[in-house]
Amino acid sequence: MSFINYSSREINCKIVYYGPGLCGKTTNLQYIYRRTNPEQKGKLISLATESERTLFFDFLPLALGDIKGFRVRFHLYTVPGQVFYAASRKLILKGVDGVVFVADSQLERMESNMESLEDLKINLAEQGYELEKLPYTIQYNKRDLPNIVPVEEMDKLLNIRRVTWFEGVAVTGKGVFETLKAVARQVLFELKKHY
Amino acid sequence: MSDSNLVMYEEEFRKIDAELQKLHQQSNAKVVFLVDKNGQLIASAGETHDIDTTSLASLTAGNIAATGGIARLLGEKEFTILFHEGEKDNIHISLIGQRIILVVIFDSRSSLGLVRLRVKKTSDAIGKIFNEITQKVEKDKGEGKLEESIFAEISDEDIDNLFR
Ligand SMILES: Nc1nc2c(ncn2[C@@H]2O[C@H](COP(=O)(O)OP(=O)(O)OP(=O)(O)O)[C@@H](O)[C@H]2O)c(=O)[nH]1
Ligand SMILES: [Mg+2]
Repeated sequence: MSFINYSSREINCKIVYYGPGLCGKTTNLQYIYRRTNPEQKGKLISLATESERTLFFDFLPLALGDIKGFRVRFHLYTVPGQVFYAASRKLILKGVDGVVFVADSQLERMESNMESLEDLKINLAEQGYELEKLPYTIQYNKRDLPNIVPVEEMDKLLNIRRVTWFEGVAVTGKGVFETLKAVARQVLFELKKHY
Repeated sequence: MSDSNLVMYEEEFRKIDAELQKLHQQSNAKVVFLVDKNGQLIASAGETHDIDTTSLASLTAGNIAATGGIARLLGEKEFTILFHEGEKDNIHISLIGQRIILVVIFDSRSSLGLVRLRVKKTSDAIGKIFNEITQKVEKDKGEGKLEESIFAEISDEDIDNLFR
């Protein structure tokens, strides 16, 4: 649910990073934060546990530039991936304009990826959204690790909708901005349909 | 889903701004601001310069969302007012309708009683303004006005420029 302000000439869009625990959602936002000019970003807020697991959400506001004289602001959120934070994940999805699904490429995490994707669909449906219709992209993260599943296989497993996907190494930034750009693009084109 | 997108026009923005200024003065508050339930700042009044309003907006919305979640678990509707008391500053958070959050930050120059009283008046006024906006959006949509306005010509190049 974007917010179009004709008075201050701003558009606000909400993008949520979803995925299983430890897949690298927070790391994506941290990299984006590090690599964005100070005047284009606000504070990165992380509501996390002592062990740096996301407890409620991470939040990063970005104002990358203008389109047609309107300041475009993206509000990036991550959900807490751990299974028992289900209630919080639902709340974060409220009013979402676009979703990035971050999958963990390690073999032993495939089941968690699938569970998380299922959880995403259910939570979206509860809010009256359909994953099939939402601006959406997938990042196959942790491609630097040794025990990973080939992307083609992951794609068969997780990318039923055949959306654009990216290989990522969030710790070094590989694929991070490509992923963000892909979902941002879809979000803005979605606005075009309605406004 | 995009039907529920929040839109703000110049005219209504000025009205809302005036209401917030009035509330700020009459309640002796430090800062007042308006946030949508998704954490986006709509307007503010008062000493905002040394406050990170963007972060505040998103955390306030998170707060409302979390307590709303708790309310549902308890079979309550929604907690429409939250109040946090600090050593110096206090924060009063209230829901207007189902999607707007009004936040008042005040210290000992004001009181909870005064804030509550003034918030109630402002909420009614702002609730009305948002109804006006909804009607306007419906009308503009009906006439196809919004389509022409800005996004019709968004191109890949525009998006590339954002990510240079
Ligand atoms: N090797 C490697 N490690 C990564 C990569 N991305 C993230 N990590 C590491 O994985 C761990 C978890 O990353 P987070 O970003 O905190 O994971 P998260 O998805 O936010 O986890 P939750 O908050 O629990 O949902 C951290 O130690 C990261 O440094 C990657 O691409 N490669
Ligand atoms: Mg995290």
